Amino acid sequence: MIINHPLLGPRDAAEFVYLGDAALIERPDWQASDAAEAFHEYGYLRDNPAGKHAELWYHEQGDRSWLVVTRDTVTHEITSVEMARDVARARGRSK
Amino acid sequence: MSQVNRISGGQIDRSQEFKFTFNGKEMRGHPGDTLASALLANAQRLVGRSFKYHRPRGIFTAGSEEPNALVELRSGAHLEPNTRATVTELFDGLHAKSQNHRGSLDYDLMAVTDLLSPFLSAGFYYKTFMWPRAFWEKLYEPIIRKSAGLGSLSMREDPDIYDKGYLHCDLLVIGAGPTGLMAALTAGRAGARVILADEDFTLGGRLNSETLEVGGMPGAGWAKEALVELAAMDNVRLMSRTTVYGAYDHGVYGALERCTDHLASSGGKPRQILWRVTSKRAVLAAGATERPIAFGNNDRPGVMLAGSVRSYANRYGVTPGQKVAVFTNNDDGWRTAADLVAKGVHVPAIIDVRDAPAVCDVPGARHIRKAGVVDTVGRKGLKSITLTDGQMIPLDCLAVSGGWNPNVHLTCHQRGRPEWRDEISAFVPGRDLPPGMAVAGAANGAMTLAAALAEGQTVANAQIEALGYKPGKADLPRAEDEPRDCVPYWHVRESTKRGWLDLQNDVTVKDVKQSHREGFRSVEHLKRYTTLGMATDQGKTANIPALAIMAECTGKTIPETGTTIFRPPYTPVPIGALGGRSRGRDFRPYRLTPSHNWAKENGATFVEVGNWLRAQWFARPGEKGWRDSVDREVLATRKSVGICDVTTLGKIDVQGRDAAAFLNKVYANGFAKLAVGRVRYGLMLREDGIAYDDGTTARMSENHFVMTTTTANAVLVFRRLEFARQCLWPDMDVHLISTTDGWAQFAVAGPNARNLLRKVVDEAHDLSNEAFPFMACGEVTVCNGTPARLFRISFSGELAYEVAVPARYGNAMMDVLIEAGREFDACPYGTEALGVMRIEKGHAAGNELNGQTTAHNLGMGRMVSQTKECIGNVLSQRPEMLLEDAVKLVGLRPVDRDRGLIAGSHFINKGDAATMDNDQGWMSSVAYSPSLGHSVGLGFIKRGDARMGEILRAVSPVHGTEMEVEIVSAHFIDPEGERLRA
Repeated sequence: MIINHPLLGPRDAAEFVYLGDAALIERPDWQASDAAEAFHEYGYLRDNPAGKHAELWYHEQGDRSWLVVTRDTVTHEITSVEMARDVARARGRSK
Repeated sequence: MSQVNRISGGQIDRSQEFKFTFNGKEMRGHPGDTLASALLANAQRLVGRSFKYHRPRGIFTAGSEEPNALVELRSGAHLEPNTRATVTELFDGLHAKSQNHRGSLDYDLMAVTDLLSPFLSAGFYYKTFMWPRAFWEKLYEPIIRKSAGLGSLSMREDPDIYDKGYLHCDLLVIGAGPTGLMAALTAGRAGARVILADEDFTLGGRLNSETLEVGGMPGAGWAKEALVELAAMDNVRLMSRTTVYGAYDHGVYGALERCTDHLASSGGKPRQILWRVTSKRAVLAAGATERPIAFGNNDRPGVMLAGSVRSYANRYGVTPGQKVAVFTNNDDGWRTAADLVAKGVHVPAIIDVRDAPAVCDVPGARHIRKAGVVDTVGRKGLKSITLTDGQMIPLDCLAVSGGWNPNVHLTCHQRGRPEWRDEISAFVPGRDLPPGMAVAGAANGAMTLAAALAEGQTVANAQIEALGYKPGKADLPRAEDEPRDCVPYWHVRESTKRGWLDLQNDVTVKDVKQSHREGFRSVEHLKRYTTLGMATDQGKTANIPALAIMAECTGKTIPETGTTIFRPPYTPVPIGALGGRSRGRDFRPYRLTPSHNWAKENGATFVEVGNWLRAQWFARPGEKGWRDSVDREVLATRKSVGICDVTTLGKIDVQGRDAAAFLNKVYANGFAKLAVGRVRYGLMLREDGIAYDDGTTARMSENHFVMTTTTANAVLVFRRLEFARQCLWPDMDVHLISTTDGWAQFAVAGPNARNLLRKVVDEAHDLSNEAFPFMACGEVTVCNGTPARLFRISFSGELAYEVAVPARYGNAMMDVLIEAGREFDACPYGTEALGVMRIEKGHAAGNELNGQTTAHNLGMGRMVSQTKECIGNVLSQRPEMLLEDAVKLVGLRPVDRDRGLIAGSHFINKGDAATMDNDQGWMSSVAYSPSLGHSVGLGFIKRGDARMGEILRAVSPVHGTEMEVEIVSAHFIDPEGERLRA
């Protein structure tokens, strides 16, 4: 596979390490009253779609960026590649 | 008697003669021959035995689809079994042997299995060897393995070199027949970067095997001119002997180039190269493969595919027989007859299943209409055939054509499903092609030469236009649309004898019918029940006829019955090529510590730790075994001072205004208040609350920390920190650099550690216990100004420091430390002594942080802060993880001090049976403690911290041992920590 890195252009997937569902960005609030349940869900429950899937890839043999890659799990078509930090900020993870 | 079957013409170099042997018999051929064409030239018809029935077999095709002519090539360690003679280029001195027979090829002792064939039909093994179960391993399997199977291995290491390479292009053209050449010319002239790859050693595809004209000249001549033009283009790369075997994601193709297989010796060059081709677009111009018609005893040597017979005659100047009849259901078969007659070969008859007029004039040949072949005679070589009307025709070769199947294989590699096209009675590529791929020519069902050339041009133009190139002007060479009429006709129903579909796996028409009768009707079941389409040829000639017969049985159409799709590889890829250079010592990269050379010169034995090679111990003369060395190193360190290279521990530089706050989030214990110039032990948890990694982190200045990780987790922890930094807390001002390789770090441990370092660290730095106490750190200089970092940390439990210098000084630093330590009898020690000392001190390591244990288990539960946000602290508080009778880390010693503890033993209370229900925990680490004179261990025991002094049994069913052990403190040495604070 080829991942079109937002900063570095098309790179071979062999340069990356795969983590999984990009929902891992949305780490729950540790002080919430339902924190235990929320962390259980965060840690153990994943969607496993046949189709579009936003997932985390790490450019370990490159610039060490974490990316959010939207990939079709059936065809491997990649429809978007974003810097995970930008996604995290967009999802309200700024201080 | 040599080369009796040579005829005129062909693309062989008759001025040169090659000697080769087949089963020890010397034969001759020419450059340009394949092994198969040379064998045929020498009238060697019998070349092998079949897989199951050991039937005599001959050459069936002229290409990579060959099911029969598999031979063992070369000898000794170079021996390669299952090589297809039809694609093996002849070279001087080639040695080939037939395979799959016991005794000689002519008198195979296993041929008796053919007589047993009524009992060996489809599903035989499934039905017969069901029971008794124990017989499988001891009786059935050895017999089956011995009698069945293909060639044999040399059982020696492959002496050849294999390489890997990467290529990029705008357009990859797969196949260099008329379509591929036209596509490459079109794209090449337009300026696109083109790779043209073909499995053959002579490019041109069928043009080399046909007498058809292109642009007013013989097709082969036109191909040569096209290749000259392409070779002159800088933007085109021609790759002969290169099979594109797989279509992978995003335009990546796998290709195998056979670089020296056609030479007697590789001469030290790579034998094959596995290419990874990244293409923007691709044109599949893989052509088509002819299929046979099944009839009684159609597997005899001398029965061949018609197009292949034509290849031998036109390209290699060989006729497979002196009297060659043609059996066909289509117009194309007629051209074999015409071409043979033109070369002076006698063609007694053309048997056409159709009731149609002659396709062309073939002098001397009888045209027998609406007829089929029902049987053949000639055990080791065809002698005659019998037709449906009973007449017998004497001959020595029968050219059979059942039509042509487009080579759709690569279109299926990403789940594409071919579609049936009635007018050619074959499957063509479906619509769901791998992205970026287009198909042209015969592979796309364009079965005539003129259509193939036109499509090659049109499709290439469309592909490069999409990349922004200007399509070329129509400059299409003239060619004919030769007659290609074909009727669906799969097997001769009138035949009562066994008719073969899959020659390689001995699957007959009868087997397919039986499979249907017994309920295995889907294509996938058919394949598995009968073994149809398996092994080296993957059913290239067999699948479609077998599918047609299944359709006939079910009363459905072929597309309704289904189709098999294909996986990579198109043709077999040697494991050696997939491995490339990653063999033996080069299987994966390895890393050397900065003092590696010193260690090597000083007798170190090395051990692999992850990618690292570390000194395990340093043997001295007179020491009888590793224990002697390790015991000495431990005692010397505890008595005076020892030195160990600990560079492999992960080192991460953490800097930024939020560095302290960041560490507070990734460690379970607090780091925000760590003072500058101090070190703290840190425990990391996984998000699920399990202990993950530990190490020390030093605060070098307000916004600068140096973290250490375990050797094993150095890469993983760094990855995780980057995740935390970028994804979880994206606005923290913190930056990370891995400095594991940047600093050489040495542990200097033992009562004389300070005295030793005093001689190395420059005088300006006060090393007194008051100025530089336990857990102090700082930047210093050593050896008159060399920058260094000093940490007063201890893994051994002794007064100890770790001193780090830039990695390039590592080996010299080892020399300096040893030299300075000479007066103290300083002793270099390896990972074994390091391990012994940490067990003696009760420090947890990988065996304890094994991914199943919590801080609570490790006795560090109170370290996990609940007053700050950090990874893992929420789920670490789940009730199940805090149970009162959870296992706790303790020390263990054998009641009988002479016995050695065994790691992995489980603990059972005295009096209880050794069952899982009674399990009290397990022994995680053991070592012989030379300091104490007996074996010591660390382990996890239920409520272990509250059971000091209790005696249990340590049981190891694996070793068949059990012994009594006493629970003690894990701190066998200096439990109060006086030494490390001294």
